[in-house]
Amino acid sequence: MALRGRDIVSIRDLSTEEITEILDHARSMIPVAEGKKSSSALEGKVVATAFFEPSTRTRLSFEAAVQRLGGRCLTIADIGVTSMRKGESLYDTVRMLSSYSDAIVLRHPNEGAARLAADASDRPVINAGDGSNQHPTQALLDLMAMHETFGTLAGLKVVLLGDLKYGRTVHSLAIALAQFGSELVLSAPRALALPEDLRGELESLGAKISDEPELRRAVRDADVLYVTRIQKERFPDEGEYRSVAGSYRVDASVLDGAKPQLIVLHPLPRAGEVDPEVDRTPHAAYFRQAFLAVPVRMALLSSILAPTRGG
Amino acid sequence: MVRELRITPIRNGTVIDHIANGLALDVLRIIGVRDLDKDSTVSIALHVRSGKIGWKDIVKVENMELSPRKVNAIALISPSATISIIRDHQVREKRAVDLPEHVTGVVRCPNINCISNQGEPIESDFRVVRRRPVVLRCAYCDRQVTDFLRHLA
Repeated sequence: MALRGRDIVSIRDLSTEEITEILDHARSMIPVAEGKKSSSALEGKVVATAFFEPSTRTRLSFEAAVQRLGGRCLTIADIGVTSMRKGESLYDTVRMLSSYSDAIVLRHPNEGAARLAADASDRPVINAGDGSNQHPTQALLDLMAMHETFGTLAGLKVVLLGDLKYGRTVHSLAIALAQFGSELVLSAPRALALPEDLRGELESLGAKISDEPELRRAVRDADVLYVTRIQKERFPDEGEYRSVAGSYRVDASVLDGAKPQLIVLHPLPRAGEVDPEVDRTPHAAYFRQAFLAVPVRMALLSSILAPTRGG
Repeated sequence: MVRELRITPIRNGTVIDHIANGLALDVLRIIGVRDLDKDSTVSIALHVRSGKIGWKDIVKVENMELSPRKVNAIALISPSATISIIRDHQVREKRAVDLPEHVTGVVRCPNINCISNQGEPIESDFRVVRRRPVVLRCAYCDRQVTDFLRHLA
């Protein structure tokens, strides 16, 4: 497969054909992710999961993916127990990790950390989130959740709600949706609008983009409502955070006027943006979305670490 | 007609001509005149009539040839500039500045949270995504930069 040995730093690293191939592969991995079938696709492989920022779903789903495929993980889940606490550079840390493992999954609070890691490592690097920049594997599983429901990505009307400025999942997802010809409706407080240069990039990809700050109007004809958390940890000052905290909330009444087949997605964790009462509506798809993280990451890892022909 | 000599010729050094009007002092900043030989003369001509670009600035620096990195930095702020290398009063080499596809170590990323600003053992690295006007994109954090003067390394 063309992905063998590749770094996945940005969603821009993948063509629509490659994304489609990963999603097809991921569908075939669902029984393995559910424990109904077994696979030894990563037998003998060691994957380093280096997380320098808190994570629940991303790290655990990567580790579940590796272990379901017969591989093993080396895990850094706390920067405090590494030599980075002693001042070791990320560059040196990654050089060392690349000599201990077959691939590195990295999450880091600084934008561009995954690109640096890819330069430093002679093993493939997968970006599991770099600051507010990119989270390409989250975008893949978001796309899978949409594709599983609608059977296509082209022509879907997707509302992106919330923190479009700092939300890395939205940045990756918006680029992919633009490439697939989806229509984007941006619904964000003014202070959390999509960065101008990214909006320009989406427009250059031919995306149809509109702004609708009023949530009920935004969801009226939508197929997907993608909700994000306002990420307190990304704000340069507390005052800016307080000015937008709690400025939107999706509850059952917001969805009253929506199409019956509308799905609500959220990369999770949620912090009040989606009322638990939405869980009991047919629109809630975020827990299924969270599960799809495992088959998607299985497909990606097994493609990147696929054996060479005859090897 | 009496020709007035406004800038004296140099024996050895570099002439940067066709600098966009008003940017000569920024070119001097890039050259780093503080690093010059103390006996070197630096001549600056501001707002000179030019058949090619209307009005231009010129900088002549004695006893200095520019590194490729400095040439790239000049190309960023003034793509119209030309560089002539003078040896023994003769122009030995003359070329237009040319922006490469990647600009390394010339501009700092304006994103303070970018990994290239965290003391890692790397140089800043930008891809040129547009040439006229120049737009750069940080190879690490993807931030676009158009205001280079404020962010020269």
